[in-house]
Amino acid sequence: MVQSPDRIEAALALSRFGLGARQGDLEAISSDPRGALKEEIANRTVPSPAGEELQPTAELLNDLYAFQEAQKDIRERKAAEGISAPQAPSSGEQLAKADAMKAEALSSSSSMAGEKAGSAAGTGAPATPMKGANEPKPVVPFPQRVFLAEAKARFSGTIHAPRIGFGERLAIFWANHFAISAAKGPNVRVIAGAFEREAIRPHVFGRFADMLLAVETHPAMLFYLDNQQSFGPNSPAGQNRKRGLNENLAREILELHTLGVNGGYTQDDVTSLARIITGWTVVGRQGRLGTPGSFVFFANAHEPGDQRLLGNIYAEAGFEQGKAALLQLARHPATAAHLAQKLARHFVSDDPPPALVDRLAKTFMASGGDLAAVSTALVEAKESWSPQLAKVRSPLEFSIAILRATGAKPEPQPVLGGLYVMGQPYWQPSGPNGFSDLVDAWASPEGLKMRMDIANVAATKGADYFDPPDFIETRLGPLLSQETRSAVGRAESRAQGLAIAFMSPEFQRR
Amino acid sequence: MLCETISPSRRAVLGASGALFAWAFMPRHALAARGRDARFVTIILRGALDGLTAVPPLGDPDYEALRQSIALHAEGANAALPLDGFFALHPSMPNFARLFRAGQACVIHASATAYRDRSHFDGQDVLESGYEMPGKVDSGWLNRMLIGLPKGEKVAPGAAEKVIGLAVGANAPLVIRGGAPVLGWAPATLPPAGDDLALRLMDLYSQRDPRLAHALQEGIATGKIATGLDNASRGGPGDPEGMKHLAAGAAKLLAQPDGPRVAALAFEGWDTHAQEIGRLARLLAGLDGAFAAFEQELGPSWKDTAILVATEFGRTARVNGTEGTDHGTGTTAFLVGGAVKGGRVIADWPGLKEAQLRDGRDLAATTDLRAIAKGIAVDLLDASATTLSRDVFPGSERVAPARGLIV
Repeated sequence: MVQSPDRIEAALALSRFGLGARQGDLEAISSDPRGALKEEIANRTVPSPAGEELQPTAELLNDLYAFQEAQKDIRERKAAEGISAPQAPSSGEQLAKADAMKAEALSSSSSMAGEKAGSAAGTGAPATPMKGANEPKPVVPFPQRVFLAEAKARFSGTIHAPRIGFGERLAIFWANHFAISAAKGPNVRVIAGAFEREAIRPHVFGRFADMLLAVETHPAMLFYLDNQQSFGPNSPAGQNRKRGLNENLAREILELHTLGVNGGYTQDDVTSLARIITGWTVVGRQGRLGTPGSFVFFANAHEPGDQRLLGNIYAEAGFEQGKAALLQLARHPATAAHLAQKLARHFVSDDPPPALVDRLAKTFMASGGDLAAVSTALVEAKESWSPQLAKVRSPLEFSIAILRATGAKPEPQPVLGGLYVMGQPYWQPSGPNGFSDLVDAWASPEGLKMRMDIANVAATKGADYFDPPDFIETRLGPLLSQETRSAVGRAESRAQGLAIAFMSPEFQRR
Repeated sequence: MLCETISPSRRAVLGASGALFAWAFMPRHALAARGRDARFVTIILRGALDGLTAVPPLGDPDYEALRQSIALHAEGANAALPLDGFFALHPSMPNFARLFRAGQACVIHASATAYRDRSHFDGQDVLESGYEMPGKVDSGWLNRMLIGLPKGEKVAPGAAEKVIGLAVGANAPLVIRGGAPVLGWAPATLPPAGDDLALRLMDLYSQRDPRLAHALQEGIATGKIATGLDNASRGGPGDPEGMKHLAAGAAKLLAQPDGPRVAALAFEGWDTHAQEIGRLARLLAGLDGAFAAFEQELGPSWKDTAILVATEFGRTARVNGTEGTDHGTGTTAFLVGGAVKGGRVIADWPGLKEAQLRDGRDLAATTDLRAIAKGIAVDLLDASATTLSRDVFPGSERVAPARGLIV
């Protein structure tokens, strides 16, 4: 069957730029796929995560401080009573605990809509729960409770809302560009979701400079890259406390967030920027500088004096000195080239066409870093629509595509467990450079093995709801090869047919 | 500064869910045909079992020519086990052979459901739903049979009291789903993807995606990904150890005085288009191990137990070009248990000559599986023939229950 170009582009819009096709999406946008994408840009379609635990950063940190105080009280009371106090878990215990959590997460694996496992099989009233109903539920610590609520708001919420989900994909892209890690500690874990809600999502189709400023002043980033520990050596607080610079955040701003590693900066520039942003910190729990848990410019820790960065002099101006430096970095040609390369590599191919990268960079420069304009240029570029599926979905994209394709809105734990075993623990990359965006990182033997197990679980749950041949036509339709149709159709059971569908090149790639 | 990414062993991750029991909700009851507290188990073999390999008709003069490289023999290395002089048994099934000699196992050969096309999905629908046509998947015949059974003398009124069905595995087989409430049980292990999936994906990737094919190939070569014969993926319904594990778990529940009385399981991986010899040796050993597990765990209840093993259809009579067989029609079913009047191969043998094969390719079906299921229902569970024809196997009025299967 010959596919019309629009049918193919509809499928590409959903998989390459979107979150994967749901039932009906292909048909809905097939008359004008590019138009549908541009409509999401024009409408600024970036869904808002919802949930009662999803509070602003300062409130979450305040609650965290209260939680930690209460924990401390309990420990001290027990110590006073002669009971050995629970220690902060050693790293070994943390590992064991993490493992247990992941095991629980993956094995509960009720990843389909309808939550069938354990209920009476079939259509009758639920009979007997599979798990003992009387088991006491372990208390989930406050930071993890918030983390799970944030995850649920994505996997049962924001990913299901949009028709295509270009904005949600971009939110994931930018959150990975400005990576933080929940593994840093409870103070980052509890606001990892808030970071994305507050610093990333509002600017996905806005100006890069605004996103950059929101990110670098967000407590999550300041904690993650230690800027609250950085003191101007000649500042009053630095002198008092005999403390000095911590270059961590400044280096990553230049290397990862803006110019890129080959962006032409020197070690002097790193040190200068570190000085410039001294005093950018988070109000502590006592609230001496303002509302606990909020960003503050702590003038007493700020290195006094003018600073030279990339050949420009930034006059001493307190917080404004750093803001001016960031705004300059945001409109630097090296930043434009760096971001253009990353965007094209993410959406199009590991080695994107130079002409495309060039066009995106030029659009970035000409528009003053308008991300809606850059996104539009990406969608309008002919290079973006090659029918060849050059990229392999990351585990996160793969998981989301399964959830969208099946309509499943599970509890977050099984999804997080799956991401963990597939090598992309949620909001927890191994470094500030985020998760890899290259095919080689994900098309690994071990990774495929895990994907097969995840696909198998999802397919087992989904077998009651979907007929595999019909399922692939409505989700992958115009992209399908005869070989995949045949492999799915010849499967020995519906579950196996669905597993093959999830593992097919057309579903694994985009 | 940053935490290392932890890399737990797969086993640690996949092996730790809870076993799932719920005794408090179990009803008191007994199924009491002739005062007997009977157990009835149905095992679905998904993928279409090759009955001519499981129970080869060595006495048929045309068998060997059709089967060539995959034919079994009465003598020599890996000889088939004798059954009745005409039929023999695959050498991977010594338990079944022992039970057969003890009169507790029989084979129903050249049998099939009412389905006569060759789609797995549709064939399984028909096998499990009990309807003559595919597409009706709201409930299974075993569940509707439960609804229609006369209550045992200990059964008290109330809906919850009627929970006598047990669905085994991560997903309840269709055959036992429906209006009658059913207890679900799955073993502690998350079933890993079956070996067969990797083989099928390897086939697909090698045609369509060299990059993914390379990674999968490497995973297979390094033993990270199990395929068929290396036995690395334990615990699933397509793995011999998994089959035994599922059977033992089900039997333990069925053996309880207040436990369920009717159970359904599904074993996977029987779609042997290629390299059938090795694949079936492994799978049949798993099935045989499941029989042994039931016998052992059911203990005193074994004498009141019947286990019916059925598959959606059979396979081609001729070996194909890849030492396997393709989708066919007639095949074997097994009936095992202390309540079974065994020691015989029940077959109206159609023969294997060209003209005797269905469409010139498949073993013809001469016994309707519904007759077997109905016969067990009547003689073991006291089901009414009317209910069986009307509700359990709609449209089967002309298929009389096969009597005399139960001691």
